[in-house]
Formats: sequence, C-alpha cells, structure tokens
Amino acid sequence: MTAAFVAGADVPLKRRLKRAERARQFRALGLVLPLLAFLLFTFVVPLAGMIWKSADDWEVPQVMPQTVAALKQWNGQGLPDEAAFAALAADIRTAREAGTLAVAAKRLNYIINGYRTTLLSTGRKLKEQPAPGTAKATLIEIAPAWGERESWTAIKSASGPVTSYYLLAAVDLTRNADGAIVAAPPDQAIYRDVFIRTFTIGFGVTALCLILGFPVAYLLANLPTGRSNLLMIFVLLPFWTSLLVRTCAWIVILQSEGIVNGSLQWLGVIDEPLRLIYNRFGVYMAMTHVLLPFMILPLYSVMRGISPAYMRAAASLGAPPTTAFLRIYLPQTIPGIGAGCLLVFILAIGYYITPALVGGAADQMISSFIAFYTTETVNWGLASALGAVLLLSTVVLAVVYGKLALGRQTTGGLKN
Amino acid sequence: MSANHSPQTASQRIAWITTVVAATLVFIFLMAPILAIVPLSFSSSTYLTYPLPGLSLRWYEDFLGSARWMNALKNSVIIGVASSMLSMALGTLASLGLAQWKSKWKPLVLAIVLSPMVVPVVITAVGVYFFFAPLGLTGNYLGLILVHTALATPFVVITVSATLQSFDMTLARAAASLGAPPLLTFRKVILPLILPGLASGALFAFATSFDEVVTVLFLAGPEQRTLPREMFSGIRENISPTITAVAVVLTVISVCMLSTLEILRRRNERLKGNAE
Repeated sequence: MTAAFVAGADVPLKRRLKRAERARQFRALGLVLPLLAFLLFTFVVPLAGMIWKSADDWEVPQVMPQTVAALKQWNGQGLPDEAAFAALAADIRTAREAGTLAVAAKRLNYIINGYRTTLLSTGRKLKEQPAPGTAKATLIEIAPAWGERESWTAIKSASGPVTSYYLLAAVDLTRNADGAIVAAPPDQAIYRDVFIRTFTIGFGVTALCLILGFPVAYLLANLPTGRSNLLMIFVLLPFWTSLLVRTCAWIVILQSEGIVNGSLQWLGVIDEPLRLIYNRFGVYMAMTHVLLPFMILPLYSVMRGISPAYMRAAASLGAPPTTAFLRIYLPQTIPGIGAGCLLVFILAIGYYITPALVGGAADQMISSFIAFYTTETVNWGLASALGAVLLLSTVVLAVVYGKLALGRQTTGGLKN
Repeated sequence: MSANHSPQTASQRIAWITTVVAATLVFIFLMAPILAIVPLSFSSSTYLTYPLPGLSLRWYEDFLGSARWMNALKNSVIIGVASSMLSMALGTLASLGLAQWKSKWKPLVLAIVLSPMVVPVVITAVGVYFFFAPLGLTGNYLGLILVHTALATPFVVITVSATLQSFDMTLARAAASLGAPPLLTFRKVILPLILPGLASGALFAFATSFDEVVTVLFLAGPEQRTLPREMFSGIRENISPTITAVAVVLTVISVCMLSTLEILRRRNERLKGNAE
C-alpha cells in the first residue's frame, strides 16, 4: 500500500470522489478554453466592436473639441455666444491644417445635406483667426448658414460620445432640431423597405423550399434505406457543390441567350427571350436551389422517426388517406417543418453572394447595403447599425430554433 | 417498394405516385444546373449555348495555364488546409471537453461555439474587417486563416461531438483501470476509434473555407484572392467558358469530398457495429 493512499485514507471517500470529479470538470473546461479564447478574438469581440460602432460618435468630438466644449452650456435656443463662434473658427483652422476637417464634414452632412460645403468652404475662406469679438460676424459673413440655429444643433447632436443617429436611421427615423424622434425625410427613408424586401424574399424562399422539399423528404424517408441513400446523393451533391458554381450555373441557364430561352425559342413558344435573371425571379430560383437541402435534411430526419404504424392505425379505423395525412402524419412532422423553415429563413435573410450576382438593383437585400456602406461609401456607423438590426433578427430566430431543436439531434440540417 | 409503403387502395397509390413524380421533378431541379454546366466547359465555342459546335479542352488549358487562376487555386489550398488544421485542433479539444463538462453554463458556451455558423457571414466579415484592419490582419493570409477557422470550427465541433456521443466511454475507463495515463488512453484507444469522425470534421472545415467568399471580399488583398473570389468577379463581369471549366473542376472536388465522407461514414458505422 502506497503512502499516498494511506495518507488519504482518513478523508471520506465521498469527498475524495467529489474532488476527483471537480478536477475532471476543470480539465474539461481547460479543453474548451482555447477555442473560446480564439472565438473571443476572431468573432465575439469583432461583433461587439461592430455593435459599438453603430452608436460610437467620434468624428465631431475628435475634430472639433473646443466647439463641443463651448456648446456644453448652450441650451439650444437662439444662437450660441461669441465664445462658441471663436472656438468653431479655431477648430476649423486646426482641422484644416491637420486634414481632418473632411471627416467631421462628412459626419455633419448626414444630419444636414450641404453641411460639407458649408464647413469646407468656411475652412478655405478662413485665412486667420478672427479678432476677439468678431468671430460671429466673420463666420456668418463667410457662410450665412452659421447664422442658423440648425447648423449649431447639428454640431451639438453629433458631440458624442454616443449617438442614436445610425440606429434610428437604420429604421428610417431621425431626430429633429428639438431632439424629438420623427420619421426620416423620404429621400433617406429607404431601409424599412430594404428590411421588408429582405424578409419578403426570406419568406418566399422558405415557402418554396417547404413546398419543394416536403415530397422529397417524404419519399426519402419512406423508401428502403438502400434506395433512399442512393437518392440522397441528388440532395447532397448540390449541397456540397460550391455556391459560386451553382450561382454561375443558374446564370448560364437563365440568361437571355441561355439554355431555357434557347429551348423555348427553338420550340416556338416564345419569340423574344424572357428576362429570367437579374430580377426577382432569378433570386428566388437560385436561392431556393441553394437553400433547399437545408429544408430537406431536417424534414427527412424527423420523418424517418415517424412510425408507419400510426398511419396504418388511422387507416384501419376508417380514416381516408387525406384525413390520415392531415391529422396524423402532418402534425408529427411539425418539429421538422419548424426547424427547416427557421434554418432556411435565417440563412436566407443573411444572404449576400447570390442576390448580388443574380438580382437586379431592386432585389438587393440588407446584406448588400451593409457591404456597400462598409467598402464603398465608408459610412461605418450606418453599416454597423444595419448589421446590428440584422444580427438581432438572426439571434432572435436562432434562439427559437435552438429551443425547437433542443433535445432532438437535428444536426441533420447542418451540413451533416 | 418498402414494406411500410405498400399502397393498398387506389387513392393511396395515386398519392404515392404523385409524391414520386413531385420528388423526381425536384431532383431534376436540384441536379440540372450542375449537369448543364459540364458540357459547356468542353465546348469549342466562346458562346455558352447549346448545341455545342464542337468539343475542345481549350478552356481547361486556359484555366491551368493562367497565372491568375493558379494563384487563386494555390491561395484556396493554403488557406483551406491551414484553417482546417487549426479548426481541427481547437474543435477536437473543445469537443472532448464539452463531452465531459457538466455545468449550467454549457448551453451558453455551446451557443457561442456554434454561433459563427448562424450569424450572417456579411456581419462577421464587417466586424472582423473593422477589428483586424488596425491590427494589420487585412491583406494577408493570417487574417483570412483566422476568420475561416472561426467559420469552420462549428462544423468540426458538431461532427466530432456526434462521433464522441457514439463512442463507448467504458473503453477509455478500461484502459485507465489497466494503468494507461490519459494521454496514452487517448492516443491508443480513443483516437483510432474516433478518427473517421475527425477526418470528416476536417473535410467539413476544408470545404467551408474552400467555398467561402464573403470574408475574402472584405479581408483579402489582390495577392490573397481565392478561387471563389476570382469566380465572383468573373461572374460579375462576364461569364467566360473558362469559368465553366473552373466550376466543373470545383464540382469534381466536391464529388471527391462527398465520396470520402460517405466512405468514412460507412467505416464509422462498421466500427460501431463491431463494438456492439
């Protein structure tokens, strides 16, 4: 008997077991930690940063610190005092030399169209700091806009550190000069339409996938294993084929000199090529094709578990096939329908590549606006705000999906 | 026809035939685009139309002889292999841990681990772009490998966890009771049995990275453009027959991966069958 064993002998067995179990749990947690740390760096923190960017108001405080400080006491009524004008003149001159004036100009232009011109031309014309007491008169002379209260409320509202501007803009709202939340002017109010369009396409694709996927899943679930495995290739091969390949194939098939138009013209059904791609039809076609396997697989895994005895029992009790299907079979497939629909919908509303390639300008979904504001116009605040709204919708749906899939091993829907 | 579906009445037979017809049409819908593109890649003409004027391999030569496409292929393989290895290491460790860990926090941790799969890739790409740019992780391989690893790990965790679930832990306990230290038990007992699961996990990870284009659009410089990225710009501009040749090559790669997976799955089932 080893000394260690003897030494531990006076510790009750129960406690030693507990201690061993605790050590095991720590080891288990230790194995998970590297991945958690990695995801924190490559995923969680970047997403949190994006959400923060949707509220971060850094441009004006950074470029015009003196003006921001001077406007602290201003109550928003009438024009600010002479000191604020002097601070603005000083800030504009400093920023112009540092080359940062355009950053603030861009931010303020979101609030008032034309602000960029006002600010930049003031910067150009303001050769030297106005003599004490003349800043107000000088600035208003250079640009009459400085004599308007709105120009100053714009600076005050963009003074940070956080703003609701981008998040409100993402749902077509804005604040008026008095700070009340009102509807955005019609030329800027486009995002509600974009969200409605995104959800409409999402619903449409989900419905199409359900209609097309249900008979396939039913057939696969009710064939003998050998044959259904063979037919499963027809579902898995497209699933594994590159998204770009499939999108490319649809364009080749549907374009005006494509296979479909060519065949229809050859058959004499049509004289002019039909417009089948770069419109909503093309988007529905390609997206349904891409997402259909995500509907079939969860449906299949649920249908596979439904015992045929129920249907036989219903039939033996005299139920006609339609009644038996609607009242006995269909209700049992609800978990699969729910999981499949949620999965397809979640994936559909976040899609970027397929609509970008096969859709027209009027078919672009929210993702493409996020990408556009990130890379083209560099309006990161708005990109982040739209991203935050999309993320919120996705998370809510994913939580519902998690609740539905809980306890059931539906990895079937997830590339498996 | 299976025993559980022997149609008895006329209406049942009609319902079954309707299902078969509908499913067949959907199968055609699923397969047609992929099949339609194959012959076009062998066409001798620049026009992507049927009937083919003649057969030729010129578009494949074009693909293999193009520095741009070969560079893209090289990038795809580098990024795919590196990120699948990294996600295998992280994902397998985490799956082993998750299998033993009992805590009320487990669902939350699992949700975090799986979330890169659910969050729209555009959002991930934008967030990572903002975060990586100041760190100098854009326009190089490392940034892309890191983000592809994050996107691929959930698939590894799901695949490996599923394999571990069917793994009989009494085997590991038996090894331990015979005096094997944990690492030896893992190497000699657990690893050989879960290897098919690990291999399919790695394949999933590679496929995820190999097909990913959105983060490449945001993070890659001209030197890191991958095959899907080149295809994206090619499709945007004008689909040339070379793109159809690339598409066919990619499809063949998918078929190979799918067949490997199927072989692994069968092997796994056979192993399970023997264990029982």
